[in-house]
Amino acid sequence: MSLDSTDIDKLCELARLAIPADEVADVSAKLSDIVALVDQLKAADTAEVEPMAHPLDRSQRLRVDSATEDVDRELYQDNAPAVERGLYLVPKVID
Amino acid sequence: MHDKTLALTARALQAGEISSVELTNRCLERIRRFDESLNAFITVTGDRALEQAAAADRRIAAGDATALTGIPIAHKDIFCTAGIRTSCGSRMLDNFISPYDATVVERLSRAGAVMLGKTNMDEFAMGSSNETSFYGAVHNPWDRDKVPGGSSGGSAAAVAARLVPAATGTDTGGSIRQPAALAGVTGLKPTYGRVSRYGMVAFASSLDQAGTLTQTAEDAALLLEAMAGCDSRDSTSLDEPVPDYSRAIGEPLEGLTIGVPENFFDDGLDAGNAAALTEALGELERLGAKLKSIRLDNVHLSVPAYYVVAPAEASSNLSRFDGVRYGYRSPEAMAGDLNAFYRRNRGEGFGAEVKRRILIGAWVLSTGYYDAYYLQAQKVRQLISGDFARAFEDVDIVAGPTTPTPAFGIGQKTGDPVQMYLNDIYTIGANLAGLPAMSVPCGFSGALPVGLQLIGPHLSEARLLQTAHHFQRETDWHARVPPGYGENP
Amino acid sequence: MQYEAVIGLEIHAQLATESKIFSGAATRYGAPPNTQACLVDLGYPGVLPVLNREAVRMAVRFGLATHCRIAERSIFARKNYFYPDLPKGYQISQYELPIVHGGYIDVICADRVKRIGITRAHLEEDAGKSLHEDFQGMSGIDLNRAGTPLLEIVSEPDMRSAAEAGAYMRTIHTLVRYLGISDGNMQEGSYRCDANVSIRPRGATELGTRTELKNLNSFRFVEKAIEIEIERQIDIVESGGTVVQETRLFDAERGETRAMRGKEEAEDYRYFPDPDLLPVSIDSALVDELRAGLPELPVEKRERFMAQYDLSAYDADILTASRPLADYYEDCVRHSRARPKLAANWVIGDLAAALNRADLEIGESRVGAAELGALLDRIESGTISGKIAKEVFEAVWNGEGGVDEIIERRGLRQISDSASIEALVDEVVAANPAQVQQYRDGRTQVLGFFVGQVMKASKGRANPRQVNEILRAKLG
Repeated sequence: MSLDSTDIDKLCELARLAIPADEVADVSAKLSDIVALVDQLKAADTAEVEPMAHPLDRSQRLRVDSATEDVDRELYQDNAPAVERGLYLVPKVID
Repeated sequence: MHDKTLALTARALQAGEISSVELTNRCLERIRRFDESLNAFITVTGDRALEQAAAADRRIAAGDATALTGIPIAHKDIFCTAGIRTSCGSRMLDNFISPYDATVVERLSRAGAVMLGKTNMDEFAMGSSNETSFYGAVHNPWDRDKVPGGSSGGSAAAVAARLVPAATGTDTGGSIRQPAALAGVTGLKPTYGRVSRYGMVAFASSLDQAGTLTQTAEDAALLLEAMAGCDSRDSTSLDEPVPDYSRAIGEPLEGLTIGVPENFFDDGLDAGNAAALTEALGELERLGAKLKSIRLDNVHLSVPAYYVVAPAEASSNLSRFDGVRYGYRSPEAMAGDLNAFYRRNRGEGFGAEVKRRILIGAWVLSTGYYDAYYLQAQKVRQLISGDFARAFEDVDIVAGPTTPTPAFGIGQKTGDPVQMYLNDIYTIGANLAGLPAMSVPCGFSGALPVGLQLIGPHLSEARLLQTAHHFQRETDWHARVPPGYGENP
Repeated sequence: MQYEAVIGLEIHAQLATESKIFSGAATRYGAPPNTQACLVDLGYPGVLPVLNREAVRMAVRFGLATHCRIAERSIFARKNYFYPDLPKGYQISQYELPIVHGGYIDVICADRVKRIGITRAHLEEDAGKSLHEDFQGMSGIDLNRAGTPLLEIVSEPDMRSAAEAGAYMRTIHTLVRYLGISDGNMQEGSYRCDANVSIRPRGATELGTRTELKNLNSFRFVEKAIEIEIERQIDIVESGGTVVQETRLFDAERGETRAMRGKEEAEDYRYFPDPDLLPVSIDSALVDELRAGLPELPVEKRERFMAQYDLSAYDADILTASRPLADYYEDCVRHSRARPKLAANWVIGDLAAALNRADLEIGESRVGAAELGALLDRIESGTISGKIAKEVFEAVWNGEGGVDEIIERRGLRQISDSASIEALVDEVVAANPAQVQQYRDGRTQVLGFFVGQVMKASKGRANPRQVNEILRAKLG
């Protein structure tokens, strides 16, 4: 299995990444190497094996329902590239 | 004083032989003198450190000190630090000032530790050489043409060069142990969940764990005591009591059985490393441990399994970096539509290795590939975890190499990601299984340090630290200082 | 060709927790932009979700009330997509192993009971909002709503008409409010619905291609949008075309559905288990505790009202539409010796009208249940007439005093002694000789005129039955 430039385009769309056209071939080659590496997994016999999503075989600890967080909007928005009237600005969202 | 361990420094502080302000000034002086050639720090917080040091001195005078009060440390730049840039080694967060402290930072700060600054790292902790950092490669103090390992390469180099007595790190596939081995320091990755992940910029959430880079196991014990424990802000942090590690390490090493995976000592292992390791295992035997040959049958699949699981989680974890609420925004971002906005911000904000992992991660989770890759990797993860569980029925800990080779040259492997990934062949298993593991300096291959890896069952940090401590009482590999970094400024 | 519609609904009910599903930020509606979004809600680097226990309990309560199986172990998953109102670039939801699944609810539509299957209900976090006005061609993002707990309730495609879909949505709405797990406020968006609609030849068993209708934020819109969509699909098929699987937006103003832009291609959400959240365990002890704490459910209450209070299905339906209303009614009945039917008439009639005029909820009624009970007692005992009772109700509503106080102060007690009524009748008869003659000539319908005059003379207080009897005697 290898990933050609069409695959890379699709993945870039899915992951919202721009990759300059002259780098696509290199990305494609390197990703194909990685795919060859992970293809080794296919040799493992896992017919009877449960997938392991997490190293902790425990159940989730839950939180009591109370409003404990103070929101400091000014502080939190100090990092924002563009804010107007307390709202984060982005190019127009079209439904 | 600068080459003293954290434990000895703490004693000197308590005894009033030196003040925290003096100590902090000396460390800052060493950073000024040496860091230009190492690039171990992304941010040095000198003024703030001196304020903290002065407060620590008052606390010591008031008799209200902990073992860590007044001790200068550095944090890997993956830990959020309130009011200070937290870059994660990425252009994406070059301008990011965290509004809050990570739990690790908060706990160490509460114990009175003094933060000297933030250490360099591979971008978003993705790398084994510290070469993917937006802030440039870190140099190995043992040979500045060599890498210090990664991703906690800045922390490892800073401790190795004695710029700071100890530093924090994070380990997702070996990111504490591998640089510890390559830079000749002691690295501890605790059990998954032992230390809170809150405030640690996430790479792969089911693998990430915070730990320490120190000169000795004793120092690691002191730090872990302060860092570990349940955190209400991380529901995967373990609600288990934190042992008195400092006391536990001194207990006699009785009846210890050490498993040595025979398949770790194959052709892939550098001859110099193998020799040092054989010698180290002999030393452990002399200390009373019983060695037992074991096999970890699926460990050869740990790198492929890791390079499915870690990128999958990373691709999702890194989706939040979109240039809306924080982080890099392309100058062209608002010129196009929303899709172009995202693609530019992320395309320009992330480096090449991060992008590769995001793409692989998106791919293994996408329709048509999920079962063959993501699910299969989770099953292999189960197999690998099972291998360790079976091994721990017969042995107390597993010992072997941390890395296949000593430090390699800067630029040597950057063109071949897969070769780079194979560096973590011995370390990844512990992350997949969530096990605690350490790397302890155990000799040299040529002029470069070699690490001995110790892996234990869940929550066996005390046992690992104890083994390492006894080893370090009989050896001095951990006390060797890289040539040129011994003298005071 | 005859067609039938196949409809399934996905209802999103915001859960009435104090704090968000994965953070300690408040869930209050209407705060200034981004003042209720904490670091977790904003998806800051390094933060982690911690699940709200109450959200889990609410979901289980819903499951128990709808005969669902409760998962001993359920899993949170990440649904990955980019959108500015989704701060992390993924929504924490449930995919495989939802918290409850495999239940049903009985719905009454056109006097028939229809059982609608509930495929599953799962917990997830809400997104923020994009505002489009006044930003010079840009959008502004408010993340206050991000992280609000949602219960997504997915039905089986068991509905066959817009009316059934509407009835189902109302029934679930009533239920979640009964359970106290959602305020169901549709104006504020706490109860929303998407509909999957397809058509097929009547009698066919295969499903047709479905479209998903979004933006159905009122009961009326749901029915209207589905009706329009069914017609649209039939038109397409009749004219030889094929229905395209797509997401369509309901435009209430234009009365049409239209394909959503940018949703042409099916997204690949790359669901996978959220590694920040371990499996949720729900043991049988918790299920038992929550089951024991369930209130009487709308269906049970309705049946009981019909049996216990001898009410029609219609009355029982209205009175059990909300728990506070049913509680008010029962409170009123408990405080009165009057017939429960009379209480039902008053609650559904005068009280509902007064509340409506003042735009008040039943809990805010200016006439308490006990007070209304007292009023009904006075009607039943003949102290006042039904007509006068309306005046008394009005006065109590306006805060002029208690029922008896007003009756006494205004002298509204019904006149029932024959002597007084005879005197009034005599006066009226004497004053209207022409009408008396008409009556005696056989035009008996003028009796109504005399009754009216006597009632007027008594200021409405005379007992109408007695007035009638005495008039007939005097005129005859």
